[in-house]
Amino acid sequence: MCGIVGLFLKDASLQPCLGRLLSDMLVTMTDRGPDSAGIAIYADEHAGRSKFTIQSENAERDFQDLPNYLSKHLNRILDFRVNDTHAVVTLDQNVENKFSEVLTAFNPEIRIMSHGSSLEIYKEVGLPEQVTQRFHITQMSGRHGIGHTRMATESAVTTLGAHPFNTGVDQCLVHNGSLSNHNSLRRKLRREGILIETENDTEVGAAYLTWKIKNGASLGEALESSLKDLDGFFTFVVGTENGFGVVRDQIACKPAVMAETDQYVAFGSEYQALVDLPKIESAHVWEPEPATVYFWKH
Amino acid sequence: MLQFDLQKHGLRSLNSALQEQKEKTNQTSWEVINPKGSHSIAVGIDAPIEVNIKGSTGYYCGGMNQQANITVKGSVGPGVAENMMSGKVVIEGDASQYAGATGQGGLLVIKGNASSRCGISMKGINIVVHGNIGHMSAFMAQSGNLIVCGDAGDALGDSLYEAKLFIRGCVKSLGTDCEQKEMRPEHMDLLKQLLSEAECDAKPEEFKRYGSARKLYNFNIDNSDAY
Repeated sequence: MCGIVGLFLKDASLQPCLGRLLSDMLVTMTDRGPDSAGIAIYADEHAGRSKFTIQSENAERDFQDLPNYLSKHLNRILDFRVNDTHAVVTLDQNVENKFSEVLTAFNPEIRIMSHGSSLEIYKEVGLPEQVTQRFHITQMSGRHGIGHTRMATESAVTTLGAHPFNTGVDQCLVHNGSLSNHNSLRRKLRREGILIETENDTEVGAAYLTWKIKNGASLGEALESSLKDLDGFFTFVVGTENGFGVVRDQIACKPAVMAETDQYVAFGSEYQALVDLPKIESAHVWEPEPATVYFWKH
Repeated sequence: MLQFDLQKHGLRSLNSALQEQKEKTNQTSWEVINPKGSHSIAVGIDAPIEVNIKGSTGYYCGGMNQQANITVKGSVGPGVAENMMSGKVVIEGDASQYAGATGQGGLLVIKGNASSRCGISMKGINIVVHGNIGHMSAFMAQSGNLIVCGDAGDALGDSLYEAKLFIRGCVKSLGTDCEQKEMRPEHMDLLKQLLSEAECDAKPEEFKRYGSARKLYNFNIDNSDAY
């Protein structure tokens, strides 16, 4: 099971509604997975700035002292926005390489959920409705976003096992399915120096894309080669700074439906996820082909 | 005509009302509004009634149908008319994967395209698709007829038994033990009748027939080394 959704806005006037539309889409997919939920949203960006979304189990304590600590050690912290268990840290791009080190020195248990110029990832254990409410997703605006609700099969129900997974700067992945060669691939990727924190299969899929891109592949090429190297079932939706992509494995038993109008392109595991989108009655609705990489860019 | 608002009254109340209809019911015309992609709409009916669904549905629409004439004014999710026994299910849009799976009788008409595994393990149902079908269609299909006016995807009719497959367009690839067969006069008659029932104006002579090569039916001793 698992339910995934994605929404790419062509019409800028819908941007203030992105969080609400995406949350509503994800809530309709609750039956497909009650364990954890998450949303990646691509919002405003500023040249020369980087954003990190971080998460702490002790947010109240950690996020009180962290801004001062970061300012002291990095000196270029431009914004620190707390949102429940998450916080979005905006800093000067010149110091982004040092961020992870400084954060670990402050408290190694604080996790980085996303890194990029516009990407923010919010994810926690719980139903889509609870998760989208606690992070006030409905109030967020953005250009595009993807979401996931999980029915755990391959690893424990934890925040780190929740999707979306950050695969690189401004890139993220959600997955419906299960990968069967994730153990051997995890060993291989760790030998290549790629950080993989959990026993989760999708994290390995995400790390695989990170590794491919690190070695010079474009995201499209990395997705093409995933069709060869990943064994198992998958429908992937990936987010990038400029848009989003969809790929299904050759067997394509994990459901997927898409809709396009002159205002947006939308993805849902089921048509139910799309029914409340504007003018869906006149949208072009279709099922993406197996083993075919689709991309939409702004 | 009885109109039923699915958003207002819910799925269980719709399906129990439809399933309560008997052979001689006088409530023969039903309309379902606001289906909004819901699953299992109009399943398990066993009465000669008409059900019109105004919009797209989710999984398993019209499953296990007997006698009823169900029309969907939209597209359907996976498993439409699964295990249909008799009656007719018409989809005006597209159908997702395994449309008509394991169907034992009746007619399923898809006016758009059907996705992968259309007619998988069909056991007597007739399926007419006005558009294309996806990969692995008619896998292990046992009997009945699958008629496709467009193209078929990869591995058509893999491990096929005695279902007959008629394709007007291209076949991307044939599955194991599926082969092209000659069109005989009885096949022309069958096509003419089913195309007409499915309101399709394609000509029987435009189709090619595919069926089982029957090489997987019995164990071939020459293959014993493979085990």
